[in-house]
Amino acid sequence: MPEGLADIATIVLTGIGLVFFLAGTVGLIRFPDVFSRLHALTKADNLGLGFIVLGAGFQADDWTQLAKLGLIWALALLAAGTVAQLVARAALRQEGRE
Amino acid sequence: MTFWLHLIILGLLGSLAGALWRVWVGPAQADRMMAAQLIGTTGIGVLVLLAVLQDWAALTVALALALLAAMAAIGFVKAASSDGAGDPEECAPGPTDARDGQR
Repeated sequence: MPEGLADIATIVLTGIGLVFFLAGTVGLIRFPDVFSRLHALTKADNLGLGFIVLGAGFQADDWTQLAKLGLIWALALLAAGTVAQLVARAALRQEGRE
Repeated sequence: MTFWLHLIILGLLGSLAGALWRVWVGPAQADRMMAAQLIGTTGIGVLVLLAVLQDWAALTVALALALLAAMAAIGFVKAASSDGAGDPEECAPGPTDARDGQR
């Protein structure tokens, strides 16, 4: 894997990751109600984080960094999934009460 | 290469600004909580890229932030409703509650 190719892969992947992050943020700002924002935020941002982690993986020197990067992304996915469910349920309860 | 990574980090901070705007405006409490979740994820992205730029020391920090970002939302849910927002073990026995099987 020549050095240039790794750099190109990192540049492309982090660019895509940023695009998804901005899409998630625009979704957070523009969407009409709580649940569609939650939906946009959770999915787009984790995909963006996945691409950034993948881009960073191409720069890793040894496999321990790769393992840590993978762990970071897996934990972020798990956290986002459960948090989205919990916040949606809490928002549903609050809306029901208002 | 490093210039590009700095550019990406600036873009991520721009996304963070969008989240802060939502915190400021957000009508419902849940919106502010979502923005906090977005800040956590963006923070992880920035830390990972900083780790690439420097000597990979920030990777453990990103891992710690990945763990702790969820705790804030859980704190919010627990604060929103004391019985844990429909936590099956704790919430009052409702018609759909098949916990003890009699109903």
